[in-house]
Amino acid sequence: MTDRIAHIRAEAENAIAGAGDTEALESVRIQYLGRKADLPNLLRNVAELPAAERAATGKAANEARKALEAAIDQRAEQLAAAELDQRLERDRVDVTLPADPVPATGRLHLITQTQREIEDVFIGLGFNVAEGPEVETVYYNFDALNFESTHPSRLMSDTFYLQPTEDIFDTSALLLRVHTSPVQIRAMESQAPPIYIVIPGRVYRPDNDATHTPQFHQMEGLAVDTDISLGDLQGTLLTFARAVFGDERQVRLRPHFFPFTEPSVEVDVSCFNCKTGVTADGQRCPLCKGEGWIEILGAGMVDPNVFEYVRDNGYDPEQIQGFAFGMGIERIAMLKHGVPDLRMLYDNDVRLLEQFG
Amino acid sequence: MRVPLQWLREYVDPALDTHAVADRLTMTGTKVEAIHHHGVGALENFVVGRVLEADQHPNADRLSVCVVDVGADSLYQIVCGAPNVAAGQTVAVAKPGAVMPDGSKLGKAKLRGIESNGMILAEDELAIGTEHAGIMVLATDGLVPGTPLEGVLPIATDVLELEITSNRPDCLGIYGVAREVHAATGAALAPPPWNEDSGTAGAVQGASITVKCPDLCPRFTARVFEDVKIGPSPPWLKAQLMAAGQRPISNVVDITNYVMLLTSQPLHAFDLDRVEGATLTVRRAHDGEQIDTLDGQTRTLDSDMVLIEDAAGPTSIAGVMGGARSEVGADTTRVLMEAANWDGANIHRTSLKLGLRSEASGRFEKQLQPEQAMEAQAVSTRLMIELCGARLVPGTIDVGGEGPPPKTIALRDARVRRLLGVDIPHERSAEILKALGFKAAWAHDGLEVTVPPFRRGDVTREVDLIEEVARIDGLEKLPATLPSRHGASGRLTVRQRLRRHAADALTAQGLHEIVGWSFAHPDLADRLRLAVDDERRNAVALENPISTDVSRLRTTVLGSLLDVARHNRARGAGTLRLFEAGAVYLPTEPGPLPREPYYAGALLAGAAHPPSWRDPQPRPVDFFAAKGVLQGLMDALRADWRLERAAEPFLHPGRAARILVAGMPAGWVGEVHPLVAAQWDLRDTVAAFELDLDAVPEPQIALYRELSEFPDVREDIAVVVPDHVTAAQLLALVRHAGGRLLADAQVFDVYRDPERLGEGNVSLALRLTYRAGDRTLTDEEVAERREAIADAVADQMGGRIRAS
Repeated sequence: MTDRIAHIRAEAENAIAGAGDTEALESVRIQYLGRKADLPNLLRNVAELPAAERAATGKAANEARKALEAAIDQRAEQLAAAELDQRLERDRVDVTLPADPVPATGRLHLITQTQREIEDVFIGLGFNVAEGPEVETVYYNFDALNFESTHPSRLMSDTFYLQPTEDIFDTSALLLRVHTSPVQIRAMESQAPPIYIVIPGRVYRPDNDATHTPQFHQMEGLAVDTDISLGDLQGTLLTFARAVFGDERQVRLRPHFFPFTEPSVEVDVSCFNCKTGVTADGQRCPLCKGEGWIEILGAGMVDPNVFEYVRDNGYDPEQIQGFAFGMGIERIAMLKHGVPDLRMLYDNDVRLLEQFG
Repeated sequence: MRVPLQWLREYVDPALDTHAVADRLTMTGTKVEAIHHHGVGALENFVVGRVLEADQHPNADRLSVCVVDVGADSLYQIVCGAPNVAAGQTVAVAKPGAVMPDGSKLGKAKLRGIESNGMILAEDELAIGTEHAGIMVLATDGLVPGTPLEGVLPIATDVLELEITSNRPDCLGIYGVAREVHAATGAALAPPPWNEDSGTAGAVQGASITVKCPDLCPRFTARVFEDVKIGPSPPWLKAQLMAAGQRPISNVVDITNYVMLLTSQPLHAFDLDRVEGATLTVRRAHDGEQIDTLDGQTRTLDSDMVLIEDAAGPTSIAGVMGGARSEVGADTTRVLMEAANWDGANIHRTSLKLGLRSEASGRFEKQLQPEQAMEAQAVSTRLMIELCGARLVPGTIDVGGEGPPPKTIALRDARVRRLLGVDIPHERSAEILKALGFKAAWAHDGLEVTVPPFRRGDVTREVDLIEEVARIDGLEKLPATLPSRHGASGRLTVRQRLRRHAADALTAQGLHEIVGWSFAHPDLADRLRLAVDDERRNAVALENPISTDVSRLRTTVLGSLLDVARHNRARGAGTLRLFEAGAVYLPTEPGPLPREPYYAGALLAGAAHPPSWRDPQPRPVDFFAAKGVLQGLMDALRADWRLERAAEPFLHPGRAARILVAGMPAGWVGEVHPLVAAQWDLRDTVAAFELDLDAVPEPQIALYRELSEFPDVREDIAVVVPDHVTAAQLLALVRHAGGRLLADAQVFDVYRDPERLGEGNVSLALRLTYRAGDRTLTDEEVAERREAIADAVADQMGGRIRAS
């Protein structure tokens, strides 16, 4: 009897090893361990055997059954692993096909990016950001900024006035501000010194060519305290120039004239495209026109006459002093990013918008 | 202002080349905008020559074949077309290789078969005059053939083109610029050309002046010259004027121009015999009074304008333009030379109102000083005598006299240091100020500085003196320091951060920011189909727009978004995701300034998602695409918002909504009406919104909420309600009925089927999330809430829960 058990076991082991997939293995299991198979029957009928054979046969049959069960489990694992491998292989993709489209990336306009960049430099230097109306009065736009009545900027050729304007010299006549400087006055009216602000915003002048659009953006700065000096202006603008144009930059101040500052200066930054006007390949630098310097803004010490307009709010020109500067945000952006024509910034061609930021 | 260097060097001659002089001027405040070369080049090829022979050209009637001695035993054959060429003349010769004023290079040439080695020159060919009828015949005295022409005639000079700032009318004259060069370089300055005056004071026989408006005419001076011989100016004078950009006309006119360019003071020469009554009166015009000006036009004046008249009536508009009647002509023999001073602001207004600008008005409006009038008289007197053979009638008419006495201003060392951040010793300050024409005396704390008349308008305060000292001493010496700040610190306001946050939230959703024009076309309101009483029709209008199509200010950012959409569609863009954030301009009554709320607008067109090989044709954008972007924005801003159906004339009537923020209207969202979109050539669905960002409250500080340790219970239900019930109404009801345990309810499907649901019904599938913070919910608790929801839907909406 034990021989027969050994024979069944050997036969079953062969069948298990030969089962090619999970389905075949299940058939093998039913054939050898199912309800009607020989081995379980044998075990069920052990009691009917002669007593001498009973123990040996029962033990052998039980061992055989356990061994076969283990073999089937092991084979099942093997087969499952192989089948998974096959399935994964079938799932192969062409990895060079395009990815799922990422959600489109939007960009801030270059003007906004540049405005934020400048704002952040000055916030780091302790300045707040101040804003004011774009439609202004002659008083805030010209008079309180010490513009002579003869100053050509007041003319209709240089300033947009609102309808109806009878007299462009009337202090309450309305206009589109030509600079963000009126906010200097408004800020000093509402805040006693010390004051440290930059003033970004839209401004308007009736020009239209490659470097002038009737609408553009300015960033003005105003610092008023007891001891602000022209040297402080130079240091502040040097910090700004290096933050925006690179650590190697220098600035130089050239004397100039503006109605609202005294002394007044124009400020140049050393060219970041060349060394002293000559490019690496020996050509005259197209960016600075061979000058080695690029004009970036106008500035100066706030004229005492301007303080007179806000004197009652703590701005006694004998006690306090300050600097102011103003730059075109588009000009900074164009210089930094090589945009050739200011008007492109207002075309808003998506192919241009995508390039920055 | 053009400054020929050869002219400048008559008064100051620094040992510097042109570029170095330009650099010093630029760095001390007189910006050199360009350096030009006036005249000829390759100067070694310009020499004095003597015509030895001048014979008729064999093949051309009007040409002569000349043999010219050009020195060093060289005889050149030159073909000359001038009618006045003759043997024995001393002439100016350009040899081959010479560079002419237009930059062309002279070569050997064959003219009608005869070789010509150069040119015998006329004035205009050297750009030292305008004469072209014949060659220049030079005076023979002492001029040897071969002498470099450069030493005989001013044939070449560098010219500085200067930007003279409006506060420095004294630098509108060569001598003023020379004074700047003197201060900037230390080179010696020649005495002013007006120091020697051969004129005398006192009344003038045979001419009189009356000034009836001394407030507008602070000084009027005049001198009378007799035996004047009108003729051409000498070559040196013509050459200076040409280099400075003025055409020579005749000696008297050239003198007035030359003196103006030298001293910055305009003059006017009257033919005294054409001044009726030999008397001039300066007075305000009558309103409506008319005058014929030199340019051939009739001008109508008003009583704020000043004119000059003689016994026969008005002859000139004071300080702006003269009249033809008393102009100097070829037969003039008696000249009344006027040098007057006018109120700058008044000249400015007059020239503005008349639309009439002249060289003189451009100078007077910057406010010259009365002293400058007599300086100009002194120089012109010398030249009238020298160049016109004139005899000065004794005396000078001088109405008004000199200006107020010079002002003395304290310049405190401490103030210099405090304003500049650097010490400048007062010895150095004194040196600089003296070089600029100021007087400086020591004081215990600095200097007492007296301002010269020609700087009276510009330098009135200590700070003006500090600028003078700083700019000449050199701004490059300033330190680069940072303000001490005294505790001031910088940050964005909450509102500014909110605006940045909003823009970032929109770019995060794939929208590009545009910057549109604040200007709008007057027909925008019509194109947007705005009703006649729509507030957005009430736009700010410009008095002087650069063109009609930009003559208003925008009341919505939709216009610029549509403009930019069209621009990009025309250039091939299919999908557009754009936003703009900025002010709109809403007139207010009362109140002088319009309101300028800060709006954010977005526009979507084309595919809702980028196409790919797995989804080659994504669905186009629609109302819900725009609502999604709006939701992303509102979520980022943590705003309390909702939509309600509302119409806008420019939106699809069935797909438009009003945005409510904290319950208040704050904008709109919808699909742009196809007829509106078509006006911008947009033929597919355009979805958009506009939100008043100023209406979005500043976000509150978010406070921590406990994270539940107990699991949520989720279940989906389908609710059938009549079509008129909105999703928002249903959700509100469900949330109310669900009570505290219902943590969330969302619509995730919408289904219509008249057969199964009944006509006029809609099924909304809701995903419900139940949660308790302190325990695991039981099935009974959830079932109770579900029943409460079902009851509420049935009772209040006539709806039912479908079997799920």
